[in-house]
Amino acid sequence: MKATETAVLAEGLQKRYGEKRVLDGFDLAVPYGTVYGLLGPNGAGKTTAVRILTTLVRLDGGSARVGGFDVATEAGKVRRKIGLAGQYAAVDEILTGRQNLEMFGRLFHLGAKRARQRAQELLEQFELTEAADKGAKTYSGGMRRRLDLASSMILAPDVLFMDEPTTGLDPRSRGEVWESVRGLVAQGTTVLLTTQYLDEADKLADRIAVIEHGRTIADDTPAALKNRIGGDRIEVVVADAAQIPDAVKAVDRVAGVEPDIDLEALKVQAPVTDRVAALTEVARTLQDDGVVVEDIALRRPTLDDVFLRLTGRKAEDEEEVAA
Amino acid sequence: MSGAVYWAVSDTWTVVRRGLLHYRRQPSNIAWQLGFPVVSVLLFVYVFGSGMAMEDYKSYAMPGMFAMTMAFGFMNTAMLVTLDKDKGITDRFRSMPMSPMAVVGGRGVSDLIGAALDLAVMAAIALAIGWRSSGGFAATIAAFGLLLLLRFALIWVGVVLGLMVPNQEAAGNLFAVAFPFGMVSSVFTPPSEMPTWLGAIAQWNPVSSTANAVRDLFGNPVPQDGPWIQENAMMMAVVWPIVITVVFLPLAVRKYQRLSA
Repeated sequence: MKATETAVLAEGLQKRYGEKRVLDGFDLAVPYGTVYGLLGPNGAGKTTAVRILTTLVRLDGGSARVGGFDVATEAGKVRRKIGLAGQYAAVDEILTGRQNLEMFGRLFHLGAKRARQRAQELLEQFELTEAADKGAKTYSGGMRRRLDLASSMILAPDVLFMDEPTTGLDPRSRGEVWESVRGLVAQGTTVLLTTQYLDEADKLADRIAVIEHGRTIADDTPAALKNRIGGDRIEVVVADAAQIPDAVKAVDRVAGVEPDIDLEALKVQAPVTDRVAALTEVARTLQDDGVVVEDIALRRPTLDDVFLRLTGRKAEDEEEVAA
Repeated sequence: MSGAVYWAVSDTWTVVRRGLLHYRRQPSNIAWQLGFPVVSVLLFVYVFGSGMAMEDYKSYAMPGMFAMTMAFGFMNTAMLVTLDKDKGITDRFRSMPMSPMAVVGGRGVSDLIGAALDLAVMAAIALAIGWRSSGGFAATIAAFGLLLLLRFALIWVGVVLGLMVPNQEAAGNLFAVAFPFGMVSSVFTPPSEMPTWLGAIAQWNPVSSTANAVRDLFGNPVPQDGPWIQENAMMMAVVWPIVITVVFLPLAVRKYQRLSA
């Protein structure tokens, strides 16, 4: 059954809040055993999609099945198949980590004894044993997210939804959360995670769906997507607008593709393959041509680059709808 | 079906247990919670009471103060509901296969336990400063029952308001509603001594019915020669909470299930 069915299947999801169409024909198919990244700017509809798939919000049109059950008509059954780790680590801050997990275990109907055991298992799995009996409000950001993750894993759900799991975390805590997610995936959990960070989707996901204005605009493997964006980029900022054509020529010659030009920022950028060679080459060419350079740098592609490539526009944060 | 009932009760108990654990982990909160009724009693009886013409004002005001504390209780409910909503706890509960009644029911039971604690402390203070019930044991128990009944009805109002307001600051502002609701009543002054229009509002305030009914049961002074609503305070102290519950309990459950839908 599992092998043939899709873990998450959304077809033509529609959701309006007043006049605003938050989801407008959103499609998604997540096979079992994969990690799927839902990538998009603020307000693109990521959170609303997750809230519909986790039965928190009712859809206006289209249909969705999670774990083989319809989210609209079989919400109770869907809830037994899923875990949800939210944007705002949804744990009780007054209770200890252990008390949180025991409470959620009881509410998942494990019974008091099994709930206690499960809490202990999860505390060990997520490396929270030392802080197990301290109040959750004393936890660091990363520990809190791990407790949140553990709370989502009480029943070892088929599908785990993670809504921006690392937003607002420092790099070290991000790493901790990524580690935990990889651990879960190794155990066979299917993960749908939303993120605004391309590198996060790239590091964790087998496949990435890019969402804009409530619609999927691309759906591919990270490698294929990066090929379309063009991997690492070289960026040259010139001091004088008159020298932009020279800079374009130099970058074009080295990168071998037509660079993107940002006239306002006096910036010329293009994807490159051999990072270091490209940097030295471009720097030398610019110097030979007498171009006065304000800044020259290599950087990894960002969400902006994805959108620039896919839509010809920059990713724009839309007004977040209070959901 | 019996399975559903079992889990509704079991889940409710789990949520109540959470409330009790909160008390245990934050004992100082109990002091804050109980501070309000204690301060009100001392403030109103000694500061305002000394300016009141009524003889034995203490016996008149004390049952009123019990009723007022119950009335203000919906603020606590609303604030706790808003806090859970803001923090994402409510979403987690809603994404779980638990009984949908349990979140609302658990809140209700926890708040009633808190209210009983409030009443016990207030009664102790009242006794210490010389208030007495002369109504006998059964009548005294019945009076406290009526007070908790009012609190019970207002839990659902608190849940609905707590789910409606956008954030915790807004929930705090509900005090602007709670204050006149508690005060424009027979709690501190007989409505007959207010301007006619205000007196009429005060007479029909459910808080007045409960206050007057428990005055009667405690054998404390009751406002005399009032309109129908005042003469039938005992009946209305039961009818009002039932009406409020019938309207707001289904609304609370519905609002919770459709949250942000």
